[in-house]
Amino acid sequence: MTRFCEGDLVRVLALGKAGHVRIPHYVRQRTGEVVGYCGTYLNPEDLAVGITGGKAVDLYRVAFAQPTLWPDEVHAAHDRLIIEIYDPWLAPLSETSNAP
Amino acid sequence: MPHDHHHEEHEALIIEDEAGNIEAQIIVDALQEVLISKGLLTAHEVTAAIAKLESPGIHLGAKVVAKAWTDPAYKQRLLQDGRAAVQELDIPVTEARIIVVENTPVRHNLITCTLCSCYPRSILGQPPSWYISKAYRARSVREPRRVLAEFGLDLPMEVQLDVHDSNADMRYLVLPEPPTDLASYGSAGLEAMISRDHLIGVARRVG
Repeated sequence: MTRFCEGDLVRVLALGKAGHVRIPHYVRQRTGEVVGYCGTYLNPEDLAVGITGGKAVDLYRVAFAQPTLWPDEVHAAHDRLIIEIYDPWLAPLSETSNAP
Repeated sequence: MPHDHHHEEHEALIIEDEAGNIEAQIIVDALQEVLISKGLLTAHEVTAAIAKLESPGIHLGAKVVAKAWTDPAYKQRLLQDGRAAVQELDIPVTEARIIVVENTPVRHNLITCTLCSCYPRSILGQPPSWYISKAYRARSVREPRRVLAEFGLDLPMEVQLDVHDSNADMRYLVLPEPPTDLASYGSAGLEAMISRDHLIGVARRVG
């Protein structure tokens, strides 16, 4: 049972982790919609420091409306940016009023 | 930027990236020299490894697309599970998962990797130098329509643009729309029309 389903609104957390992280700043604290589930993968934050026995984490594809990411640029309203986010970096939108 | 100028722009990007990696290049050259002088490696092995890295080439991706255009059941399998469908064509896939995104009259897809240079290498070979340039990686997410225009593609605003940042474990291929006169080509003719740029999404129209 995964934490999120397609269509769920989620917020990307700004966890402020150091080292090798794969969640770019341009989506942190932004709201998107889960559009796909990719399966479980070893956490790249562990792999980068040689930990190969860590817990596998769920990976989702999350879509963002481009105008919400880059409001100063020219986009069509329906344009999207779709990116892969590991579960620990996501929170349900409804629970993020105090999230980082 | 007019289309006939973009080659010069790309040349500049190569220099930028190479300049940034000069220290690494010196270390690699020194290491190679030491390994060869100690008899642990031959120059021929290095050349062969480079050739292997560069070998898959665009024709593998073109084969997949041409098959999808002419075989609706295959196209369904390709969109469902890209990796398995590509493997059906005896193409060895080293990526964990391949996601195929389909262009339609109302949607265009563009692939990038803002983190580094993630790319479906077992199908398309090594990425072009502009794909790994900092300029493409930054601008393809921020102002993708402008980037497409510089590639000669003025995407109408009514066509939805989906940019896919392959920042993690998935690798992506764009399935372009077939030419309108699809039936008049054989598979070799179709494959010859499908470029690497179509499969990254910086080109749209085939034929």
